[in-house]
Amino acid sequence: MTPVLQVQNLCKHFEMHHLGQRLMAFDGISFALNAGEFLLLRGPNGVGKSTLLRTLYRSYLPRAGHIWYHTTEGRIDLARAADVDISLLRRREIGFVTQFLIARPRVAAEDIVAEPLRRAGVAAADALKEARRWLEEFGVKRDLWRAYPTTFSGGEQQKVNLARALILPQRLLLLDEPTASLDVGARAALVRRLGDLKAQGVAMIGVFHHPGDVADLIDRDIELTTSEVSEDVAL
Amino acid sequence: MSIAQLTKAWQPMSYGFLDASAKRELRRKMLKAIAVPGCQMPYASREVPMARGWGTGGLQVTLTLLKPSSVVKVIDQGADDSVNAASIRSFLSKVSGAAETWDTLDASLIQSRHRIPEERLHAGQILVLQVPNPEPLRPVEPNMSIARQMHADADYGRLWLILYEQIVRSGRIMEGAAYPSLVNGRHVMTPSPIPRWDVPKLHMAQHLTFLSAGREKRLYAVPPFTKVEPLVFSDVPFKVEDHGALTCHRSGVNGFYMNEIPQGDGGSAFELSDSHLGIKAIRQAEGEADQIGATWYQNGHLA
Amino acid sequence: MTQALSLLPPQLMTTPPLLTMTGVSRRYGDVVALQDVSALVYPGEVLGIVGESGSGKSTLLRMMNLEDTPDTGDYRLALPDLDGNLFGLDRFARRMLCATRIGIVYQNPHQGLLMQHTSSGNVAERLLIAGERSFANLRARGRTALEASEFPLDRMDARPIELSGGMQQRVQLAKAIALEPALLLLDEPTTGLDVSVQALVLDTLKRLQRDRAITMVIVSHDLGVIRTMADRVMVMRRGRVVEQGLSDQIFQDPQHEYTQQLVHAKL
Repeated sequence: MTPVLQVQNLCKHFEMHHLGQRLMAFDGISFALNAGEFLLLRGPNGVGKSTLLRTLYRSYLPRAGHIWYHTTEGRIDLARAADVDISLLRRREIGFVTQFLIARPRVAAEDIVAEPLRRAGVAAADALKEARRWLEEFGVKRDLWRAYPTTFSGGEQQKVNLARALILPQRLLLLDEPTASLDVGARAALVRRLGDLKAQGVAMIGVFHHPGDVADLIDRDIELTTSEVSEDVAL
Repeated sequence: MSIAQLTKAWQPMSYGFLDASAKRELRRKMLKAIAVPGCQMPYASREVPMARGWGTGGLQVTLTLLKPSSVVKVIDQGADDSVNAASIRSFLSKVSGAAETWDTLDASLIQSRHRIPEERLHAGQILVLQVPNPEPLRPVEPNMSIARQMHADADYGRLWLILYEQIVRSGRIMEGAAYPSLVNGRHVMTPSPIPRWDVPKLHMAQHLTFLSAGREKRLYAVPPFTKVEPLVFSDVPFKVEDHGALTCHRSGVNGFYMNEIPQGDGGSAFELSDSHLGIKAIRQAEGEADQIGATWYQNGHLA
Repeated sequence: MTQALSLLPPQLMTTPPLLTMTGVSRRYGDVVALQDVSALVYPGEVLGIVGESGSGKSTLLRMMNLEDTPDTGDYRLALPDLDGNLFGLDRFARRMLCATRIGIVYQNPHQGLLMQHTSSGNVAERLLIAGERSFANLRARGRTALEASEFPLDRMDARPIELSGGMQQRVQLAKAIALEPALLLLDEPTTGLDVSVQALVLDTLKRLQRDRAITMVIVSHDLGVIRTMADRVMVMRRGRVVEQGLSDQIFQDPQHEYTQQLVHAKL
């Protein structure tokens, strides 16, 4: 068992200065995750599942606790790592899949999908070929491959988004409602891809609106209840 | 002690017209100019019996250099017999007792407006060029103080840019006379409005050249054996005027810089610009013992 | 106000930062323009500096371009043949450094361009200062730079004064990248342009950054621009750095009161 992630007593709250309030998100979360494991986050809407994922990705800054991430060179606490180290890890090893594609005005879908490969040093022609394969796999129509995703429907954008996010196997994948706005075919392609990645040893933590989609992949789950979420406090 | 012992006798005029302090100022600036080739040195330009714009800068330098043993030649566009050249020459000899000559080979001091003689100058000779506008950066930066800073910074990018755009617009560099040139690899100067034909004569020459602007109150120098390189692109070579094949209709000499004389029928005749060279050629042909010295150009090309 | 966890120095990033600025302070009379400002930029990164008027962000950028020297402070660039505090460089070395190894795009194209010369000439001037003397190369390299800035080559000899604002910025960009500098500084590069044009210029910048891995520092009061371009963000207020962090973190989880105001104020 290769440990990938060890979360210890992770706490998050938001200080909203203009409201004079502290909004609690979660408190004292601990778990471990190994390579090839799929961890599902469960809990009522608004309980903080997305917040937890974002905190792991460092889009949110944790208040206390540790996020020990195991690299080949040793472990690093993502809660306190330098920004530049987080950038490095995000480029190389840690992926975050959401439903929001940050579309760039004039980049073709196939170039967007190929980009992670290009950044990893793959030759342009090979990256493009691979990108097209995944666009096909996720069911993006061929004549859209050279088009700009800003003009696509939500579902098509999400397929491009997924193809891009999953094209290069990471060590840790954080998935925040990735199946939103996907048709049945794309959802199936996603589950297949996740299965492949899991078999390759990618560790995953996911929030899924319909956990049934990924039932076969789930190894463990964590239920976030309101007991982990404290009362809001006035500052 | 008597007055006679303590003072010199009254003289109506200093030797060489300029008083001692004027000459000291000129000398100091001239030495400075030699020390930093191509760099304009401001000087306190004196009044001389000639209006500004007529060669007062060149005149002040020549007057400073004059000695009783000097032999002076003065030309204007190559001609010794132009009114202005003749007036300046006779003034020079009057105030110094120096000898006058038309012959480049005999002169020790040559003052010139807008031309360099064709016969090579040697180590014992000094050339003084009259300069109307000493600032090569004027088309780029009309503000003198800023231009001065640009020279100090060797910031000539915008000057090069002008040359670049001339090629873009017209296919070639349009500078005719006064071609900006890099002196000693450091300062860009305007060699005064001499034609391009004459610019190579300044490069690694045996003689010393002064360039002086009286109205603008600046002088600069090209010491002997100093590099003078016209600003050119490596793939657009420096070209001189196409006079190599022309023949002087009066002397029969060819391969030197010519003046073009429009004819009544609409055509042109050509005449040697270095008029005394033409005179010597004619006199040689008539059997006189005139010597023509080695020239920078031979058979119409730089030797 | 409780602080978030303080961050550790880099462990995984072994390449040293390209740009290191420490303790930069500058007053103009009674006005404090910069107070003890430090900044680090790693190779290939885009640092966004955001703040309102009077924040000191443009002053800081000018310092990075060595157009101004601070009262105190240290500035280093990890480039070959460069050593020591760049604020101490003599005039000539400073000018050569700025002309050949740092590119800058100003908000006002009149500041960065020679309006009366041709666009290709503006780019050529940079190359000439760096010693290019072949006319053919000047044309070819000029074309390359203008093309990378997505400037239409059929107008390469038009003068910037004849061009639209967006085109002028592209000429500035071409001029800035012509010598392939290690560092590109941009001061409000799209402010004042039409929104559609802004998007296109930003897109060019992003593409350039991706293709050439140029290290960039972008100053803007426009959060949208910073959000699109920056990997890390520094928030400045009244001459001080108020907060800095990863771009997505600054926008999604701003810590400082002022940052929260800025982020939430975005319409």
